Amino acid sequence: MAGVTWRRLTLGVAAVYFLVPLAIAVWFTVYNESLGFSLGAYGRIVSAPGFGESLLKSLLLGAAVIVLVLLLALPALLAVRLGAPGLRPVLETITTLPLIVPPITYVVGIANALRGGTDALAATPFWQTLISIQDENFPVVLVLAYVMLALPFAYRSLDTGLRAVDVRTLVEAARNLGASWPYVLFRVILPNLRSAVAGASFLSLALVMGEYTIAALMGYRTFPVWIVTISGNDGQLSVALSVLSLGLIWLLLLTLSGAGRKSK
Amino acid sequence: MTVELRELHRSFGGTVALDGLSLTIEQGELIAFLGPSGCGKTTALRCVAGFERPDTGAVFIDGADVTRVPANRRDAGMVFQSYSLFPNLNVRDNVAFGLRVRRRPASERHDRAAELLELVGLGGFGERYPHQLSGGQQQRVALARALALQPKVLLLDEPLSALDAKVRVNLREEIRRLQLELGITTIFVTHDQEEALSVADRVAVLKSGRLEQVAPPAEVYDRPATPFVAEFVGTMNHLPGRVSGETVEVFGQTLPLDGAAPGVEVDVLVRPEAVRVTPSADGRGFILASSFRGSIARLRVQLDGGGEVLADVPGHEAVRLAPGLKVDVTLVERPVLTAPRTAVAAPVEPVA
Repeated sequence: MAGVTWRRLTLGVAAVYFLVPLAIAVWFTVYNESLGFSLGAYGRIVSAPGFGESLLKSLLLGAAVIVLVLLLALPALLAVRLGAPGLRPVLETITTLPLIVPPITYVVGIANALRGGTDALAATPFWQTLISIQDENFPVVLVLAYVMLALPFAYRSLDTGLRAVDVRTLVEAARNLGASWPYVLFRVILPNLRSAVAGASFLSLALVMGEYTIAALMGYRTFPVWIVTISGNDGQLSVALSVLSLGLIWLLLLTLSGAGRKSK
Repeated sequence: MTVELRELHRSFGGTVALDGLSLTIEQGELIAFLGPSGCGKTTALRCVAGFERPDTGAVFIDGADVTRVPANRRDAGMVFQSYSLFPNLNVRDNVAFGLRVRRRPASERHDRAAELLELVGLGGFGERYPHQLSGGQQQRVALARALALQPKVLLLDEPLSALDAKVRVNLREEIRRLQLELGITTIFVTHDQEEALSVADRVAVLKSGRLEQVAPPAEVYDRPATPFVAEFVGTMNHLPGRVSGETVEVFGQTLPLDGAAPGVEVDVLVRPEAVRVTPSADGRGFILASSFRGSIARLRVQLDGGGEVLADVPGHEAVRLAPGLKVDVTLVERPVLTAPRTAVAAPVEPVA
């Protein structure tokens, strides 16, 4: 009985902590002392220049990051688990590095590399590659940077998922029944890792939808950067944007975790 | 289809798992690889399956050298020790997995899966998922899955060791029945001597990556080729004996020797069932303990001169031969094996 009371109390305090500011924020976006109740702030978002463009750009970046981070982390995790379990601590350490190094360091590093690279490669065909990965409409260089940032989260999510299944036996059983390595990966391992893959994907997406420092300093107008730019002189608009992006990310989370759960 | 292992060597770091293992498994034969953990039996099996590649030596299946053939192109069905069913697939899709990989039509997959599930006694379980089955049922499905592609060889890697004692006995009999029915060449890896002796046509006893003996179960038990086999398979008494010519003297009895003796002062190896115990006021020992096992009772007899002897007596004599009773110990008159002298009259319990 005391346990139940305690649980409810904790839950209540936590709910107040999160919900009250949220409710106040929502109230602020829809109520104005001079105009009264109005959804005008949300209307202004959708009609603001660059909304659809920057949102789409961030979602595309997110999708690319998810694909790349999974293609990178999953085979590496499997290879270490099956072939060289001794290397696991090494992998774990490497994937924590992006958490330790501050984003500003990445920006400086990447910017220097790009500048130096442009000079050094000016006379070679690689120059064109270097230019195209910095394309304003789809900056591949940001994808690469975000993959690095997402690696710690994706790695941990996938590692937990792999721990729950007997990977070696499943792989060997499938191999024994004639399955090629790609077949094993896509038809045996992935279906049994759905929720872990969904978790890794969501964390990567959330990261891309919220990352400001790197994108802003490198001069790309992603959704978070757009939010900051557009809301500079309109308090109500900026809070409405926060509420909207929170709702958006929440929706994506529900979709992804729903997709992960369906398999069970 | 025969399977031949030729001079297999395999080490992991400094540990030698296979040390020149050579063995031929005949068409339709069920051979059991028996030995303590680390003896190389599983490594040998994995070499046949293609999950391990020997450092040197070769594996032949049906006359063809498959040493360098990847696991997914070998014609060998395998059942694993741990439950290996795909958790995301139902029983039918698990059984039909190999057919699906080979892109057989759905109707054929369904029919074949149903037929095999019937064969392993799980008809009507096709729609269930692995987590809805007991351990024994899961291993039956794994067996059906391994057989679905009609492999040339069936490989069983301790398939029963995760199961309850009763399920274990049932399933091993069923495996044997199926194996005989299908006439499939089978390798059965186990550390359980009873399992090996009860299902196999021949038992291969391994130690430190080498073959100690390969023979039918009765021969492995009655005529162990080496002291290791004698001690690993069944229970063996070591009794002090003295060799003279073709005979050995033990407990005042003179018994014929089986094979050459390693010296004059030797250990005579005697099974508990070859030891007779009779009540006698001036006997050479007394009963220390008795454990009743239904049809027999195993007595632990303390000898006056030091040392112990294990003896199996019919179960109904357990009441008469109670602990504390003064008894005499005699040996059944038959040829006995000898080993270099190690201990004074100490029985050796099997390792597993």
